[in-house]
Amino acid sequence: MKTATIQVETLTCPSCVQKIEAAVKGVEGVDPDTVKVLFNSSKVKVDFDEEKVPVSQIAEAITKVGYEVLKSSAR
Amino acid sequence: MQRYILKSKNKITLISAILIVTGFLSLWLFQQEAVFHSALIIASILGAAPIAIQAYQALRVKVVSIDLLVTIAVVGAFLIRNFEESAIVTFLFLFGAYLEQRTLNKTRSAIKELTEMAPESALKRTEEGEFVEVDVEEVDVGDILLVKTGAKVPVDGTVLSGEGSINEAAITGESLPVSKEQGSAVFAGTILDNGTLQIVADRVGEDTTFGRIIELVEEAQDSKSEAERFIDRFAKYYTPAVLVLAFLVWLFTRDIELAITILVLGCPGALVIGVPVSNVAGIGNGARHGVLLKGSEVISDFSRLDTMVFDKTGTLTMGNPSVAEVEYYGDGIDEALGFLASIERESDHPLAKAVLEEIGDAVFSPVLDTEVFKGEGIVATVGGHRAAVGNVALMERENVELDARVRADIKRLEESGNSLVLTSVDGELKVLMGVRDQVRPGVKEDLQRLKQLGVKNLVVLSGDNQGTVDAVSRELDLTEAHGNMLPEDKSKYVEKLINAGQIVAFVGDGVNDSPSLALANIGIAMGGGTDVAIETSDVVLMNSDFSRLPHALGLTKATARNMRQNILIAVGVVLLLLSAVLFSDWMNMSIGMLVHEGSILAVILNGMRLLRYKQRG
Repeated sequence: MKTATIQVETLTCPSCVQKIEAAVKGVEGVDPDTVKVLFNSSKVKVDFDEEKVPVSQIAEAITKVGYEVLKSSAR
Repeated sequence: MQRYILKSKNKITLISAILIVTGFLSLWLFQQEAVFHSALIIASILGAAPIAIQAYQALRVKVVSIDLLVTIAVVGAFLIRNFEESAIVTFLFLFGAYLEQRTLNKTRSAIKELTEMAPESALKRTEEGEFVEVDVEEVDVGDILLVKTGAKVPVDGTVLSGEGSINEAAITGESLPVSKEQGSAVFAGTILDNGTLQIVADRVGEDTTFGRIIELVEEAQDSKSEAERFIDRFAKYYTPAVLVLAFLVWLFTRDIELAITILVLGCPGALVIGVPVSNVAGIGNGARHGVLLKGSEVISDFSRLDTMVFDKTGTLTMGNPSVAEVEYYGDGIDEALGFLASIERESDHPLAKAVLEEIGDAVFSPVLDTEVFKGEGIVATVGGHRAAVGNVALMERENVELDARVRADIKRLEESGNSLVLTSVDGELKVLMGVRDQVRPGVKEDLQRLKQLGVKNLVVLSGDNQGTVDAVSRELDLTEAHGNMLPEDKSKYVEKLINAGQIVAFVGDGVNDSPSLALANIGIAMGGGTDVAIETSDVVLMNSDFSRLPHALGLTKATARNMRQNILIAVGVVLLLLSAVLFSDWMNMSIGMLVHEGSILAVILNGMRLLRYKQRG
């Protein structure tokens, strides 16, 4: 298990948080209980299984619901 | 395509504003109804596109968002050929979102400033022994790095070679440069004012002290209190409920106009955003002033504080004894001080260090025939004279005469908590020193201010004897003082207060007081050491600076007040809109949207006031 930290564009509406949370939870290989969308710092943090899914795919899911991903890293 | 539209949201907002203005101008000035309609139709479609896309994206992940309410309302207005409403509502919604983003960024600016202080690159030594610039994320523990003048230290590390002075304001809040040499610890985010250092990386990235402060602040501003979680849950069902309500209204009244007006008025806005905005601005202000507040729960508890419990040693006092007062009697004082210093230099008594520090430069003489009287002091021959250094009992043994003035001085010093060091030369008293663990400068004023801010009880707990604790308590004007307490006694005392229904903050050092820190509603660690302090406490004072306490308390009170105002604004606006739609005929979609966006901006602007909060005085 690794933790992904994804910086997205500035979030303004609180419903963004719900949207992104739902989108990330839907990705195969992430631990749905660990999804944390930090509204104010516009960051997403989630634990994921690096053998099942690359970070880029999690970032892709966020892009799909309409939010630009600025930077993603895993450690 | 979708992404392109979303990215051009600001341009679309501008174009639709121009279209709306042109439309109305051509109607009023030239009576061109066809131009008016087509301009507004284009504005509606353009403006609705990004909103509809956002609504659709949310629906795909099963979220009913505000965008959906607005989209349906706009489509409804379009169907009943009310292009005016559809164009203005979409424009206001987009423009409102733009303003929200701008102002929200302002409330977040304080924390952003902090994160932007994070180092980005480092000069890393390669295997060939050269230094090349790399991204800070490529630095591993054990790497050797070069830091040049003016550069940021990229990681927490130890100096291998070189000298320099570093501004550690990012970590400690203290802007006075600290000098570093081989073996000194350096911290990520601090700036090398002058000199050049080679360092070895001990901790990198998020593990560095700076990284952890940032993480702490970021998590804090997004942590949610019980009230906020309730609002969140509420919002989740509220939006679909508005949709259902509007549908029912349409079903029974067949009045599309009314149904879509309800959709727009029902948008939850200010309520959802009001509390987090106050929170962020408050925590941001704290971060700027050296106070880290760990989340909104802490803010709410701290603002309602009843009792503040302090550890004595190292918190209220300096933590090591020093000479507080000196009295001289007769002449030959310089000689006597020289004898005193000579004797104390050979002693390992805890008070000796304090005495030597007080005397400073002295003429030392050889000390002969030293005799130690346990619990009393030392008698010796120094420079041909018989000198005695000790307490009153020793003076009596030496038959030194203590006159009325001396007796009065002794009594006064003892009452203010001093240990006494008397010096006699050839049977005559020369010097009287009072040594105690002195109160930190400024603490008294800070405590006074805490009282003014509404803290009812200020309590000191200490392991020292009751007399010493009472003296400190009297000096600082505290409400209660308890001595002879072990760490577990302290935590029991804190528990007792909490069980009595009080909200209690404990201020102590991070190490041996950790049970009390953990137990208190608010734990505030002063432990100098950054690690433990950050882990165990709810409020972190950078650089363990006691004087930030009043700011911290005042700030949490202001923040809590700000949140209540925002909730009031939000609820008030909803009630106003609802009664207007029911009992008046001037309410329509456009006005509803205007008031709705206005209330969101109002709560954000109100929250922003917190960024400027400052303690008076």
